[in-house]
Amino acid sequence: MSTVTAPGRDTGAAPSVRDAPPRTRRARGERLRRTAIYAALSLGLGLVVTPFAWTLLSSFKPEHEIRQSPPTFLPAHPTLAGYREMLASLHLGTTFTNSVLVAAAQVSANLLLCSMAGYALAKLPFPGRRAVFGLVMAQMMVPGIVLVIPQFVVVTRLGLTDTLLGVVLPYLVWPLGVFLMRQFIAEIPDELLQAARIDGAGEFRIFFRIVLPLCRPALATLTLLSFLNAWNNFLWPAIVAQTQDRYTLPVALALFSNEETTHYGLLLAGAVVVITPIVVLFLCLQRFFIEGIASTGIK
Amino acid sequence: MRRGRAHARRGRIGLLFSMPFLAVFAVLYAGPLLAGLGMSVTDLRSTDAQHPFSVDFVGLRHYRRLLHDEVMRKAAWNTLVFVAAGVPLTIGCGLVAAVLMHRGVDRARALFRVGYFLPHVTSIVAVAVIWRFVLDPQSGLLNEGLRAAGLPTAAWLADERTALPSLIAMAAWRGFGFDMVVFLAALQGVPRELYEAAETDGAGAWARFRYVTLPMLRPTLLFTSVYSSIGFLQFMEEPLVMTKGGPDGATESVSLAIYQQFGGGDYGYAGAASTVLFFVIVLVALLQFRVLRPRHLEAR
Repeated sequence: MSTVTAPGRDTGAAPSVRDAPPRTRRARGERLRRTAIYAALSLGLGLVVTPFAWTLLSSFKPEHEIRQSPPTFLPAHPTLAGYREMLASLHLGTTFTNSVLVAAAQVSANLLLCSMAGYALAKLPFPGRRAVFGLVMAQMMVPGIVLVIPQFVVVTRLGLTDTLLGVVLPYLVWPLGVFLMRQFIAEIPDELLQAARIDGAGEFRIFFRIVLPLCRPALATLTLLSFLNAWNNFLWPAIVAQTQDRYTLPVALALFSNEETTHYGLLLAGAVVVITPIVVLFLCLQRFFIEGIASTGIK
Repeated sequence: MRRGRAHARRGRIGLLFSMPFLAVFAVLYAGPLLAGLGMSVTDLRSTDAQHPFSVDFVGLRHYRRLLHDEVMRKAAWNTLVFVAAGVPLTIGCGLVAAVLMHRGVDRARALFRVGYFLPHVTSIVAVAVIWRFVLDPQSGLLNEGLRAAGLPTAAWLADERTALPSLIAMAAWRGFGFDMVVFLAALQGVPRELYEAAETDGAGAWARFRYVTLPMLRPTLLFTSVYSSIGFLQFMEEPLVMTKGGPDGATESVSLAIYQQFGGGDYGYAGAASTVLFFVIVLVALLQFRVLRPRHLEAR
């Protein structure tokens, strides 16, 4: 920031300010502006975070306190009743395991298959490569609801309704992941791969021993985005899973939230269980999230 | 000669490496998309899902029915309102937050970024639980806050007039953090000299925003508006888990209506409606590309 002020700009200022040397006057204005910005952003942060905080606190309240009007903010009579009820009603053991299995399968498939496709698109010229890249971009644009019904017909034909495989099948290769990996691998210098080829390394060896280790930051981003995608996915699992044994966590929670008689305590505890893994992951690794979003977003 | 063979071999491996993507694309995306188109001119129902080739051709019957379907009309109107209000609101909040962060925040940057981004990474089902709780007319935090401030309260999701605005506010609350992160990354790419030059020319804060920031953010604005519009045009999970389209159809969206037809087993009619929605989405995206594409491309 320059401290030189343009001539004639400060003539209308109040006398006390005019007496001060330009540097402190600017600094004071700057400090005021900064304070105002922090205040505005903190207010916004309060609006965003308060519902989460209130939900977390209320999940430890007994049902009558949750329903009480006017509401309390801090729990007056802390209890784990909501969590106990949720454990039993949502069959948490099964649904949580299903969610973890789906996420694990989807993330590992994405890591391998998206980087393979990304490597091919970035470094292995083959006939029709541009067309394949076009398809990757096209798939990112196709709206989900348009596909859901015919996809369900396909999965039914394959005999995969009400299986976890059916739940992950459409997401085994994720176009955004392919795009992310391709952009990253394209930055790897060709000379490096050429040198390995001269040393007699085959393409598989190059991919697993050279390309993948160099992609660690991109793979970290992909892991997180892909986990989010799998963990939060709701519509498709709700359609494919038809019995209690195949429900993922969000599907089970949604079914309960649609019943009038359901206790709030159960729902709030369920929401906390759905959100917690994401929040922990996100807090630890937020740098990768933000970089991933930013790098796919602007290009 | 040997180089040529190595090149061909690399090409074959490239194709091999792309195969998983191509297979999933063909079986679960391209195929279904075409099948959806085909479905929309047949009387396919859920009971035929095992034998999709035994159905009859019905021509444009479903499309004609769409034109006179009161539920679909109401849903189309609601979706339009949701997009027209929700997209600018979300992008606007994201832009304001990003500019403020960029201009004035050096400490606690991560805190704001994480906080604002949190709703975006939270499952819609959990968000629905949280918001229904906050909006509860009796024991909800929002009405309590309004009462404390001496303002009138509302039944929010139970009232026809406030249900859709509530969902719009919720969607903006959930989405603006994503836009903020994208804008913030773009702002960091704007050369500092541009602002300094503008300042030397006597440009105030608003003029700098209007004539430096906004033009430089044009590609990002294009991206965020296409991205949000595609998302908002398909909105259904919010009403599905919060209101089931009610009260009295006030939050019924096109996607939700399609989903309900699907649930009712009328795949052909649902296919026709989703085909129309698909083309509307493509059209809106193309329109935005025309209006918002970077200036240097317009000269050509």
